[in-house]
Amino acid sequence: MSARASFASAAALLMARDLRLALRRAGDSLLPLGFFLVITTLFPLALDPELSQLRDIAPAALWVGALLSSLLALDLLFRDDGQDGALEQLALCGQPFAGLLLAKTVVHWLLTGLPLVLVAPLAAIALGAPYGAMPGILAAVLLGTVCLSLIGAVGAGLTLSLRRNGSLLALLVLPLAVPVLIFGARATALAIAGESLAAPLYLLAATAVLAATLAPWALAAAVRIGLE
Amino acid sequence: MNDLCADNLHLWRGDMHVLRGVSFSVRGAECLQVTGANGSGKTTLLRALCGLVPPEEGQVRWCGVDIGADPSAYHRALAYLGHDNGLKGDLTADENLRFGIGLRCRVTPTAIGAALTRAGLAGQRGLPLRQLSAGQRRRVALARLPLFDARLWILDEPGSNLDSAGQALLLELLQAHLAEGGTAVVATHQALDLPAGTHRGVMLQ
Amino acid sequence: MAWVWFHKFGSPPHFYRLATRLTPWAAWPALLLGLAGLIGGLVLAPADYQQGDGFRIIYVHAPAAWLSLMVYVVMACTAAVGLIWRMAVAHAVAASCAPIGASFTALALATGMLWGRPMWGTYWEWDPRLTSELLLLFLYLGYMGLRNAIDDVPRADRASAVLAIVGVVNVPIIHYSVIWWNSLHQAPSVMKFGQPTMPASMLIPLLLMLAAFTLLFAALLLIRARGEVLQRERNARWMLEALERLSTHDGPPTRDGPSAKGVLVGR
Repeated sequence: MSARASFASAAALLMARDLRLALRRAGDSLLPLGFFLVITTLFPLALDPELSQLRDIAPAALWVGALLSSLLALDLLFRDDGQDGALEQLALCGQPFAGLLLAKTVVHWLLTGLPLVLVAPLAAIALGAPYGAMPGILAAVLLGTVCLSLIGAVGAGLTLSLRRNGSLLALLVLPLAVPVLIFGARATALAIAGESLAAPLYLLAATAVLAATLAPWALAAAVRIGLE
Repeated sequence: MNDLCADNLHLWRGDMHVLRGVSFSVRGAECLQVTGANGSGKTTLLRALCGLVPPEEGQVRWCGVDIGADPSAYHRALAYLGHDNGLKGDLTADENLRFGIGLRCRVTPTAIGAALTRAGLAGQRGLPLRQLSAGQRRRVALARLPLFDARLWILDEPGSNLDSAGQALLLELLQAHLAEGGTAVVATHQALDLPAGTHRGVMLQ
Repeated sequence: MAWVWFHKFGSPPHFYRLATRLTPWAAWPALLLGLAGLIGGLVLAPADYQQGDGFRIIYVHAPAAWLSLMVYVVMACTAAVGLIWRMAVAHAVAASCAPIGASFTALALATGMLWGRPMWGTYWEWDPRLTSELLLLFLYLGYMGLRNAIDDVPRADRASAVLAIVGVVNVPIIHYSVIWWNSLHQAPSVMKFGQPTMPASMLIPLLLMLAAFTLLFAALLLIRARGEVLQRERNARWMLEALERLSTHDGPPTRDGPSAKGVLVGR
């Protein structure tokens, strides 16, 4: 009889597996980042290329771009595992399902959220933000993408079994993501203006903590229903 | 020990009454073969036995306990093989087994190597699974079963895509499992050539 | 004792009969209170010294806005009951809530915009109440969209129940984030509905209308939930037996004709 695997080792193994799969398909996980860059480029093209004016819309461009690209990235989270039966095996492996799905969501954030965190401050500077705003924007996007990954994962779980789920997923997820958009854009605007962004950052952090606490349970319930 | 018991299972899919009061019980060292026409609810029954689909009426008991009471404990005792293999096409057979089994129990590379050799895949260990044929992928999924260290096997059409050597492998694995006192529920139309006294059938209408 | 009641309530035929019996008890008071509230609000109450007669739309707007939220909460609670205790009737009630709630939300939006035209000079202002009302409408649409997308009714029930619970946790967060967003950009808006210093002649009709709308919701919910239960139970034994009794007494069964209703109600 072999020893039973602990949850920690199972979660670590699952994360290693997902990272390895993503590396073998590196292009897939970078697509949302490319999408984000294209969106932020579209805003200046639709406006006067005056940096002073761009600065005013930079928070909006950044956060609408982040929201849409995180929505696009959700396709990568469960689609393959749902199609080849790997998700069923996860549900039946005897480990806490909510924990395994949270581990998957963490990897998803590492692959699609973290690149956004690194690139968003640069995009903000291209939109006329001062260099001093970079740390603030970095912190805001970091907390914001964590929230977006968690909220989005629940939406992706709910639409798991549906074939054409793109627009429904947007309708489910985007209204729930409104607080993240508001707090994040406000933090970015304050960072650009050089003011203290403590208040929106705290609110973002609180949202992230709440999402991290509640999302795994909703996620596990949603995916179980999707597997039926 | 190792009793699986289904008690009056009812399940609807839309207006279709798929399972109409299915009842049976299987003991350890016994294999229950589920047969029935296409659309008679074999897959639904197996998924209900796994706890993936909650039946609308009735109960599934494992060792006398409702499987909903402690799903994790039940799932640790269960190895399920569905229509889909649950293997990743971008990973090699080796990696697939390491990740798939490592979620449940510790496994050594030698054990994985031995299982793959037994399945006749020693030469294909390092290839990404998507380069293998459907039958070879099914063999990888079968090779996984004994390493799961599970007392109950639930297999849905395990012989699909398998050649005669693959069928022999399936029988060999099943016999070894039953000899250790394990229980099996298998949905298949192929005749299972198992020793007398270990093999029963149930037909879904 | 409570447990017995719980199970009895969860049985579709019992729920169906109970809902049928309760419907008039909600519908008639709703009508009477509504008439009284409208007369009080539109005729007897004095015109507002700032807004003139325009303020009278609160007699529809405020109850609709109140219900848009309450219906969501009722929907999430019944969905949770259905999810936790696997009670099909609770899912049917939750499913019936969504279109009613969406209609109240749309009504609150429309009346808010009508009120905005004379007050702000435009139909749409990014006022926090109207904005969160709009987001609430999206939440309802998402719920109905998800339910609509899943063919299998029990699965649609459970998936949309999870969404409703996630949504009800989010509704206050969304609401306060929108208020916070708005407070940073402009001074508090010109006038708010429902000032605390409202005279009794204005307040009493408003309270009557609130009660009337709540009862109206109850009546609509009972009627819709009955329809939902009938549709879901179309193959159940009690329904087939009721239809059979009907066919032996009154000729061929008409599934939704008035006589079928009579038999289903009568026993």
